[in-house]
Amino acid sequence: MSPRALLHNRRAAVGASILVFFALVALLAPLIAPYSPSNMNYTPGLAMSAKHLLGTNSNGQDIFSQLIWGARTSLSVGLLTGTLICLVQLVMGVFSGYVGGKADTALSSVTNVFLVLPTLPLLIVLSAYLRGGSVFVLVGVIAITGWAWGARVLRAQAIALRNRPFVEAARISGESRWHIVLAHIVPNMLGIMVANFFGAALFAVLAEAGLEFIGLGNPSTVTWGTMLYWAQNSEAMLQGMWVWILAPGLCILLLGTSLGLLNFAVDEIANPNLRRD
Amino acid sequence: MRYLLRRVAVLLLTAWVAVTVNFALPRLMPGDPASNMIARYGGQMSPRAREAIMIDFGLNTHQSLLGQYFSYLGQILTGNLGTSYTFFPASVTSMIRQALPWTLGMVGFATILAFLFGIGLGMVAAWRRGSASWHRESRLDTALVPTGVMLSAMPPFWLAMMLVYFVSYKLGWFPIGGGIKPGLAKSSSAGLIDIARHAVLPAFTLTLIAMGGWILLMRNSMLTVLNDDFVKFARAKGLPNRSIAYRYAARNAILPIFTQFAMALGVVVGGQVFIEIVYSYPGIGYLLLTAVYNQDYPLMQGIFLIFTLTLLLANFLVEMLYVFIDPRIRVEAGK
Repeated sequence: MSPRALLHNRRAAVGASILVFFALVALLAPLIAPYSPSNMNYTPGLAMSAKHLLGTNSNGQDIFSQLIWGARTSLSVGLLTGTLICLVQLVMGVFSGYVGGKADTALSSVTNVFLVLPTLPLLIVLSAYLRGGSVFVLVGVIAITGWAWGARVLRAQAIALRNRPFVEAARISGESRWHIVLAHIVPNMLGIMVANFFGAALFAVLAEAGLEFIGLGNPSTVTWGTMLYWAQNSEAMLQGMWVWILAPGLCILLLGTSLGLLNFAVDEIANPNLRRD
Repeated sequence: MRYLLRRVAVLLLTAWVAVTVNFALPRLMPGDPASNMIARYGGQMSPRAREAIMIDFGLNTHQSLLGQYFSYLGQILTGNLGTSYTFFPASVTSMIRQALPWTLGMVGFATILAFLFGIGLGMVAAWRRGSASWHRESRLDTALVPTGVMLSAMPPFWLAMMLVYFVSYKLGWFPIGGGIKPGLAKSSSAGLIDIARHAVLPAFTLTLIAMGGWILLMRNSMLTVLNDDFVKFARAKGLPNRSIAYRYAARNAILPIFTQFAMALGVVVGGQVFIEIVYSYPGIGYLLLTAVYNQDYPLMQGIFLIFTLTLLLANFLVEMLYVFIDPRIRVEAGK
């Protein structure tokens, strides 16, 4: 899988463009946002206008500015959790599959248990116990609940690669187990790992927004999830303030779609059966 | 038979682990639920009432951890999940029993619909691409893949909110929320119709959420099968397209995606919780939120346990079904 192959894939190109767009918005938030996202001094419930592009919410905050600042949290939670999940999968999937034996039996039975624990209820229960925590608590909780499926896939791949001649050669030449995993196994399953990363990031973005929506995040921070939380709790719908609901949800959907497209496209490039020749 | 026994053993083992996790969770977390409960009464509580609450939570300080664990196991085996604090003096079991049918009905319905539609669309997308490939991209496939991706990236609560606003509130086609009009008997025919009217929108939302994954899985699985030699051979023999698509490719493409059922079910259950919250649907997800808001830990844990056991059982049944439909596994299992 080369970067060039990604650029030639239309789905990957679209996904990457959306992701870059959101990354720019997140980075440049202080420059783009017309107002402070937490300033509550505007007239509540204003409709869309030139002054307030998406109007104001019932707390008197500028919705457009909140939307821009919200990109920071969603994006960083997605990428950070995706990375964390990948690291867990590296141990629980790749390493476990490569070493085999008792270590593998132990690690993969842990994976199998996590596989059947209901993800979202577990997320809700964990966050309820750790209530009021920072975004990092959310990241940790999401990472704990979201790694199992990918680990299983990676383990199967590692088992398939374990007895290939080049791996045997590395083993005979006395390289350490982690060195073999990182230098010989991982590069040969990079496609799947990258696809997994985007899948995990998508899961994290949705989970973070969902937990915040039901009030299990920190409601005083400005994110797309907490925007929806406040909108729901202020009965924005019944007051006809649909922009307040539409805008953050649409952003979550767009960011999620970009991660999903990248996940799908990388998978497509790495898997010869799905490729168009 | 030996295969079946082994699967049952794995099922029981996983159930035991899940129960143990459920036992360990509140004890690992910072602050104990009993103190939280007591704090809610602002310290206005006699030492004896305090003691009673501790015992009721199974956090009896006079008992060793191991003793607590065994009495917890005993309680679960007898179906005793403790007392709910929100709905005092109702037991957790009775609350769950009331809510469960609502959720099971909808999850079952939406899972089947999403599976059928998702499989169908994924199959057609792959087939169109497979047959139109040399000259041009199939428009259907080009459209269906992003649709599937978008559906899987859709925040379920947001989709539910938008549908409530536009379809229920603006157009007035369906009720805004709830499971049945208050005061209506569930078994009367008017009651049943009302239940159905309340269920349409949540079920539709859930079906859409659950469908995306199936479309993508089936498409990719079908494309893989279409590359197989037996399909090429069938083409070479000049068999009619329809027969290659359905009798050769699709039947074999469905098999591998069955193994992803566990993940798909997780998506449905997650979506269900959010959808119930937005539609105030009286199922178990809504109950879970009530428990979370009221810091009703016994209820929360009971619900988590039920979720886990139900998922376990569902996965077990799917696995059995898989053995039944895939002769290769059956032969292997018979050994």
